[in-house]
Amino acid sequence: MNKYDAIVVGGGHNGLVCAAYLAKAGKKVLVVEKRHVLGGAAVSEELYPGFTFSVASYVVSLFRPHIIRELNLAEHGYEVIPMDCTFTPSLDGDPGLARWSDASLTRREVSRLSRKDAEVYGEFAIAMTAISKFTKEVIDHPAPDITSYHPRELKNLMRLGQAVKKLGPEMMHLNTKLLTMSAVDFLSMWFESERLLAPMSVSGIIGTFQGVRSPGTAYVLLHHYMGELDGAYRSWGFSKGGTGGISMACARAAESFGAEIRTEAGVAEIKMKNGRAVGVVLENGDEIEAKIVVSNADPNRTMLGMVGEDNLPDDYVTGLKRFKYRGSSGKVNLALDGLPDFACRPGFGGHLKGDITIAPSINYLERAYDDAKYGDFSKHPFIDCVIPTLTDPSLAPPGKHIMSCFVQYAPYHLKEGADTWPDRREEFGDTVVNTLAEYMPNLKSKILYRQVLTPWDIEKKFGLTEGNIFQGELSLEQLLFQRPVAGWSNYQTPIKDLWLCGSGTHPGGGIIGSGGELSAKTILRSGAV
Amino acid sequence: MPLPSPFFERTSKLCTSMSYKEWSGYYAVKSYETAYVPEYFAFRHSAGLLDVTPLFKYSVKGKDAASFLSRVMVKNINKLKVGRVSYLCWCDDDGKVIDDGTVMHISEEEFFVTSADPSFLWLKRYTRGYVVEINDVTDSICGLALQGPTSREILRKCTGYDIDQLKFFAVTEAVIDGFDVRISRTGYTGDLGYEIWTENKNALKLWDTIMDAGKDYDILPAGLDALDITRIEAGLILKGADYHNAAHVLIEDRKVSPYELGLGWTVNLDREPFNGQAALQLEKEKGSFWGTVGLDISWPELETIYAKYGLPPEVSGEAWRTSIPVYAEDDHYKQIGYATSGTWSPTLKKNIAIAILEKPYDVIGSQLQFEVTVEHTRHLVSAEVCKTQFFNPERKRSNPGLETVSA
Repeated sequence: MNKYDAIVVGGGHNGLVCAAYLAKAGKKVLVVEKRHVLGGAAVSEELYPGFTFSVASYVVSLFRPHIIRELNLAEHGYEVIPMDCTFTPSLDGDPGLARWSDASLTRREVSRLSRKDAEVYGEFAIAMTAISKFTKEVIDHPAPDITSYHPRELKNLMRLGQAVKKLGPEMMHLNTKLLTMSAVDFLSMWFESERLLAPMSVSGIIGTFQGVRSPGTAYVLLHHYMGELDGAYRSWGFSKGGTGGISMACARAAESFGAEIRTEAGVAEIKMKNGRAVGVVLENGDEIEAKIVVSNADPNRTMLGMVGEDNLPDDYVTGLKRFKYRGSSGKVNLALDGLPDFACRPGFGGHLKGDITIAPSINYLERAYDDAKYGDFSKHPFIDCVIPTLTDPSLAPPGKHIMSCFVQYAPYHLKEGADTWPDRREEFGDTVVNTLAEYMPNLKSKILYRQVLTPWDIEKKFGLTEGNIFQGELSLEQLLFQRPVAGWSNYQTPIKDLWLCGSGTHPGGGIIGSGGELSAKTILRSGAV
Repeated sequence: MPLPSPFFERTSKLCTSMSYKEWSGYYAVKSYETAYVPEYFAFRHSAGLLDVTPLFKYSVKGKDAASFLSRVMVKNINKLKVGRVSYLCWCDDDGKVIDDGTVMHISEEEFFVTSADPSFLWLKRYTRGYVVEINDVTDSICGLALQGPTSREILRKCTGYDIDQLKFFAVTEAVIDGFDVRISRTGYTGDLGYEIWTENKNALKLWDTIMDAGKDYDILPAGLDALDITRIEAGLILKGADYHNAAHVLIEDRKVSPYELGLGWTVNLDREPFNGQAALQLEKEKGSFWGTVGLDISWPELETIYAKYGLPPEVSGEAWRTSIPVYAEDDHYKQIGYATSGTWSPTLKKNIAIAILEKPYDVIGSQLQFEVTVEHTRHLVSAEVCKTQFFNPERKRSNPGLETVSA
């Protein structure tokens, strides 16, 4: 039998990146994906004839530039087109706030709200760039194990210490604040206008079950700021062909290095022998052996699902069970017959081409969270929309458009139970469309097709536990050497030869690729294959 | 998208080169015709008219306006008399330059401030405890710089105000064609010149009046390319080219102090507290690391290098703003600084640059080595350290009209 060096469970972007790195190192690699398409949550699918949707994740910023380089992803079709605008519409007669990459234009827009805010932007940007530069040191290396005296860990810690030192006192203090403050409090150190604070603070709650005033959300804000496109920090863009385009580029790269990829090959269990992982058993009963197994599935599904509690040490199981998933967001994907029109800023314009954020005030966002705290979806949710067809016409027929709406809050645990989500799915979808229609009165008449993904659907469709888009919340206690379980942050698991490579590992979620890259590099260095 | 300035209706028709750049959110003409040379010579031999609307402009009013500005600026504004203008800079707490600009004392309790960067926030931060009101008038007040030897004669025809009275770095309120203007004898060319400020609604009338009056004095609308040459000849530094706003840079090395920028003369240390005072005091005592100088780059050596390739010397007519290394020959060709902007000076017939050098290499008369690239090959040519002010004509500050009166 043809034995593999490594089997990667799950063809999400991290699994594919991991496979590509392992294959590039000369290993014989097989990727098995449950679905008929690759990409996991970074997937493009034709849900409605002629319309290609970024079904789940929908914009890109964090994907590490050195991975693009090392895997030749640009040659394999990786293409990201930067966004130019973030637009926050309003309902009270104000034309809404559009922030552009043209600094002077943004200054003019913001100075309508506050001249001080308009000018403090530059200082804020410098502070964030300084901190992002430091964060790069954190996310581009495995998390240091602070309990270990191994020279490698000490070296890693020292490298971090040096990076902290380089920040200088002012930025060191700021970094501490960033780790502990709420998104709103943190941003309020610079900005005063609520209309600006609200849309800026939402980056702090994406994918978490927290409100913009909850302590700790400032860090999540940074997680969304530290991305870079072509050397420019804090910029977001559209992947050509949808976010699946990135996954496909990773898949082609992996194949170019010799990796094999099988779809519709779901894994039922990790095959074990003498407490070691020796391969996988597919849902169709096929058994495939390999020297190691690397799982792109989240820690919960991999360890509790495919390995089983019985095979694991108790403290690890306890740690895993304490790891918070509690998905808080949903997705509504619309196929449109034409462009929607904003009542506050009518007609076509650049404001339609970027990020459209429904976040009129901080109280609005907090109330949206209140609904979720008590087990219901937000009556008036925070929504982040994009119309990618205005940037990438290949996604829909000419004149037709796609609107991709990220919605928060949609708590996995509804008060009547997560399993009541299917009964409330369309009601949730209506809430989202009704909210959007307040801003875009012609929206409903343009809808040709609607897909509603609740956290329950996200769990069922993508295998993300409790529908958490980051494979576990990005809160401070679940990061670095504690992701996913304290002491098990180095992509290893208590099962020998079973490794993790998904967003549930350091440094966490987003289309970032680091889990895949760092796990592969750790595996190769360990000599496991 | 940049905005058109209130003069755009006129300037856009004249700008046949279609050559614009973005200046603080406005369209600004680089050169009206493809060749900017006539515009440069207008500044030096007749008069050039430049739209300076994109400068940031603030009205600072109130009982404490003077003491407030003294708190923010490196210069003691309490001593600035009504009708006088001061060129200066302002610093952060570490004594590093944020921006440079002018403060005009309009009336007892009113000042007019111009700056290169948006400064509302910076000013507003220090108003606590002062009776002062700051208004950002950047988008409501427009400005024209009329610069050159014939600018006084042109203005004489435009206004009833006795322009001979207006001394160098003085400011006055006046009337042109029935509307109110503010005239300051200031500019960025280092020549005789004025800046005329008025409300946006008067813009086109102001433009037409000056252009009409200037016909007999060879007035020419001029753009930023011509201005850049004149400002380097005059040794006037430019934020964004020769230095950066200390609040907008990532690393300490990109910050400079007024002393290092050659603006030490604008600092009044011994007085009530002001931003950066302690740090500047310390730097004054201990000495600065950098010094800003002019470089006179050897033309004969450049000629020799070009001659090797069978070429006559070629220098770009346009001013440049790329950082160019400067080396010390007698210190093993160590890089001891860099030139930040430079130009061929058509008036001085010299190849000049503004450079920031480690001390003590900034001593006037020192011979250094300047990097040039000829036919894709790097070479070094000698450059002599000199004062930044290469060009400083008598007419810039003279008052012939007044002298006649007093005689």
